[in-house]
Amino acid sequence: MAEVKLFGSWGSPFSRRIEVALKLKGVEYEFIEEDIYNKKSPLLLKYNPVHKKVPVLLHNGKPICESLVILEYIDETWEGPSILPKDPYERAMARFWVKFLDEKCFPAMWQACWSIGEEQEKAKEEATEFLKILEGTLSGKKFFGGDSIGMVDIVANFIAYWFMILQELAGFELLTKEKFPKLNEWMNEYLNCSIIKENLPLKDKLTAVFQARFQAVAAAAAAAAAK
Amino acid sequence: MPTEDLLLLDFWVSPFSTRVKIALAEKGLSYETQEEDLLGGKSDLLLKSNPLYAKVPVLLHNGKPIVESTNIVYYIDETWPSHQLLPACSYGRSRARFWVDFIDKKVFDAGSNIWKSKGEELEAATNDFIDILKKLEGAMGNKDYFGGEKFGFVDIILIGLTTWFYAYEKYGGFKIEKECPKFAAWIKRCKERDSVAKNYIDPQRAYEFVGVLRKMHGVE
Repeated sequence: MAEVKLFGSWGSPFSRRIEVALKLKGVEYEFIEEDIYNKKSPLLLKYNPVHKKVPVLLHNGKPICESLVILEYIDETWEGPSILPKDPYERAMARFWVKFLDEKCFPAMWQACWSIGEEQEKAKEEATEFLKILEGTLSGKKFFGGDSIGMVDIVANFIAYWFMILQELAGFELLTKEKFPKLNEWMNEYLNCSIIKENLPLKDKLTAVFQARFQAVAAAAAAAAAK
Repeated sequence: MPTEDLLLLDFWVSPFSTRVKIALAEKGLSYETQEEDLLGGKSDLLLKSNPLYAKVPVLLHNGKPIVESTNIVYYIDETWPSHQLLPACSYGRSRARFWVDFIDKKVFDAGSNIWKSKGEELEAATNDFIDILKKLEGAMGNKDYFGGEKFGFVDIILIGLTTWFYAYEKYGGFKIEKECPKFAAWIKRCKERDSVAKNYIDPQRAYEFVGVLRKMHGVE
């Protein structure tokens, strides 16, 4: 019998992507929670020696690392709704957008939340530009994947959930309905999908973790300023 | 093989374009090229085809643009599936994708750090680069290629970048043959392949080009 295990972390958007994909395909799996901030398990380090990160999918004892690689593996290995489109050109477009999300959008959005002063203003500007580009791709579509969620939607989870919590805590609002009507519509549809809704970390728990981190960052900044 | 409508927007010294040329050659596909002058002015076609990044390579197939070299090679492999570049089994494919991702995230940037730096920073950059090559040697194991017995997808993604390695060696003051002999042997093996030999940028010319970049970056 096929054995599927997922090394992940409850709060990680990368880890949650994989859970959504597995549930979409109806794959049963064992979830192994990793304490990624304090102590990573010897098994995780064994299965992902290069990056030492979650998520790692273990299928019949063989590890697959890097969330985008895992998503393609899941799509190829199991029957069920397609994660990537079938047409090679559409696949190329999907791969382009997920890289854009992971390599441009998220770093800028993350930086916008955690930096201060000029660095933060610059990051906010950059993030806004990237979000405008994404907004443009949603013309006439319910989801990035078309009528149903696909790889780009799964990968964009950070925008719909984690970032919305973070920007509120950070005290600004980038993703307004006025500036980004299509993205806001997409977020509503997306968060209403049962497969997404049922696989998000609890808002209170995530808020508490982020709040604690904001306080720690503020304290460190104050201490550095006092020197 | 019927002629396909393929146009490659290219820059002669781009190691990323080299990847695409090798992949097209492996599939026996003929194509037109349009040389872009990236340091001069970019063509309207390039700006229209790749509005976000305005970079080469861009492959236009029947007028539709595909951008980002790794993406283009995946597209080529999927659109012309005979003589597959990716492994046949899905676990093998996931390993290939993993190393392609690693190569894309690490190699070119680490190389750039070498020619962009001086003194202590240069030494650190060189060590970092050699470390990366050693990790890649580990991934290859005892096989002839990253693809195993056969030259494949990962080999294509990596061999294109090696055209600039001579420049890194000169500026970093090291020799890959000495530091990573297995890696050096793999480069030599790949260069014996027609698809690679015909498309391999002259390392001396690449080195001269990197010299121009260094001046532009104010490193000299």
